[in-house]
Amino acid sequence: MSKQPVLEVKNLKQYFTSGYGKNKVVVKAVDDISFNIYKGETFGLVGESGCGKTTTGRTIIRLYEPTDGEVYFNGKLISGKLTKEEKREVTRGIQMIFQDPIASLNPRMTVKEIIGEGLKINKLCDSEEHMMELIYNMLETVGLTPEHATRYPHEFSGGQRQRIGIARALITNPDLVIADEPISALDVSIQAQVLNLLNKLKEQLGLTVLFIAHDLSVVKYFSDTIGVMYRGKILELADADELYKNPIHPYTKSLLSAIPLPDPNYERYRKRIYYDPSIHNYDVEEPKLVEIKPGHFIYASESEIHEYKKNI
Amino acid sequence: MKNREKVLQVKNLYITFNTFSGKVHGVRGVNFDLHKGETLAIVGESGSGKSVTNKAIMGILSKNANIEDGQILYKDKDLTKFSDKQFTKIRGSEISMIFQDPMSSLDPVMKIGKQIMEAMLVKENISKAEAKEKALNLMAAVGIPEPEKRFNQYPFQFSGGMRQRIVIAIALACDPDILICDEPTTALDVTIQAQILDLIKEIQEERQISVIFITHDLGVVANVADRVAVMYAGKIVETGTVDEIFYNPQHPYTWSLLASMPDLDTDASDELLVIPGTPPNMLYPPKGDAFAPRNRYAMKIDFKKEPPMFKVSDTHYAATWLLHPDAPKVEKPEALTRRIEKQKERQVADNE
Repeated sequence: MSKQPVLEVKNLKQYFTSGYGKNKVVVKAVDDISFNIYKGETFGLVGESGCGKTTTGRTIIRLYEPTDGEVYFNGKLISGKLTKEEKREVTRGIQMIFQDPIASLNPRMTVKEIIGEGLKINKLCDSEEHMMELIYNMLETVGLTPEHATRYPHEFSGGQRQRIGIARALITNPDLVIADEPISALDVSIQAQVLNLLNKLKEQLGLTVLFIAHDLSVVKYFSDTIGVMYRGKILELADADELYKNPIHPYTKSLLSAIPLPDPNYERYRKRIYYDPSIHNYDVEEPKLVEIKPGHFIYASESEIHEYKKNI
Repeated sequence: MKNREKVLQVKNLYITFNTFSGKVHGVRGVNFDLHKGETLAIVGESGSGKSVTNKAIMGILSKNANIEDGQILYKDKDLTKFSDKQFTKIRGSEISMIFQDPMSSLDPVMKIGKQIMEAMLVKENISKAEAKEKALNLMAAVGIPEPEKRFNQYPFQFSGGMRQRIVIAIALACDPDILICDEPTTALDVTIQAQILDLIKEIQEERQISVIFITHDLGVVANVADRVAVMYAGKIVETGTVDEIFYNPQHPYTWSLLASMPDLDTDASDELLVIPGTPPNMLYPPKGDAFAPRNRYAMKIDFKKEPPMFKVSDTHYAATWLLHPDAPKVEKPEALTRRIEKQKERQVADNE
């Protein structure tokens, strides 16, 4: 692996506290996770709600101050204090596509203003004409027309709004796009449209994407590498096909066995695997993320690794 | 499956809504029967009229809704003619409903036990002690550990999956004949969803109730349904047994629905089959086949005349002109054919 990772996350921790004194509660939303995303690659994060996948994305883009750990972007540390110029470079280089296409667009701004804002802030255009040219090009790239530029978000359908959200993220020519459940708020028939668009853009522009979702079939379709999160930890990390063909961790197995497939015969005889976290005894041995096969990482203690290795 | 007693018959139901911009045609002539002990899944995207149809059955349509035409026959009585008072008698005790969001369908300031007992005390002539015993049994039946302790807790002390179990317990409190589930698992995680689906199936088998299951997730449909009705723009466009719909779909909309979502076999290089455009504006219901503008197989007649239900088999009907004897032969999308073949292969492999 001589390639330089675009994003390097090292032992990232994000704890939230509430209450004081006796009532103090610490929630370990993200608890010591590490992963790399290489150029042109799509990294999928899956897990149930509350497992910390969204928090991970938000911490990377500096919406939260991480409790501990480092985030490197293009080889530079970005998780600590930054100068104004560095901050600008980071916010230009990492862009985010949000889940809710209604809440994430300002209702009082026209599409032109929404998309152009990033250009102005980052001084990526020299004149008004240049800006409009870039905006029109971007609108066409995401499947909208230049006439849409002067309209307001409420005039668009959910799928079109998500396209605006994508255009806004891509206008600054980012090195990394964080897509946080970009299709889960859309209708079934529209989901495929947006997925195809993202796939097309990924190829066309060579995007590097951190794809966060709970729908495993979609993540499998869209990602090259997948990390499975559970209670703030990455339990298993592997190539998409490898993970689906040879899941090792019991939690991954249970997740995979729970996906409903549009195939009645399969559904009738499906066997569900239930995951019981108490099967792990981590009092004696510290669990670690270990490379069990080339490119296939798993979070387990030493004796468990031994056990898993027998079954490979 | 055949010759089963019909519990509910919906005949040519037509519902409109008065809005400031005009009349919205929500449901445009829906027909279906519900047999005893079966699960009928209604699939469709938002705005297709699946929830409205079921709200009409429950008698909980909003004030601006009008039932323009049609009948809902339940025990030889027409529910569309029922007054509020008459509805109150059957709602909950004979037909009950599970809603999508388990948080907002429970009262946050009322103890769980009281919420389950409430309907029993109102509808059935039983004492508090009896009701409590019944409630505890129900809680155990829906898989809540330590029902005695949980009985006195509030909704916020339960997780999402547990709350949905409580909602199911409330729905079952008065032993209904028909249970309507309106996207009961959409707000839940896959692992929890699987548990809730298993629970609903188990309860249905045990009590022999009829279930109407509304969802947009085809995977869930394949899991729970005996029969499926696909709705689009206020109409049922295809109906059949679950095998017929998934292995031998006839309507182009069903094809697109099935092929538009990736499954675990879909390669990253395959492009998904896209349904172009957006659903029609139901303020002005389109002439002809509502799906025609988004249909790549649309013929001229699709824009002029609405297709009737064509018979494919005794249980399988589809409303598309493609089934007319004079229609040109059209092949299913390739991606879908491939997927169905793969599923058949898997079936054979499993049997061996």
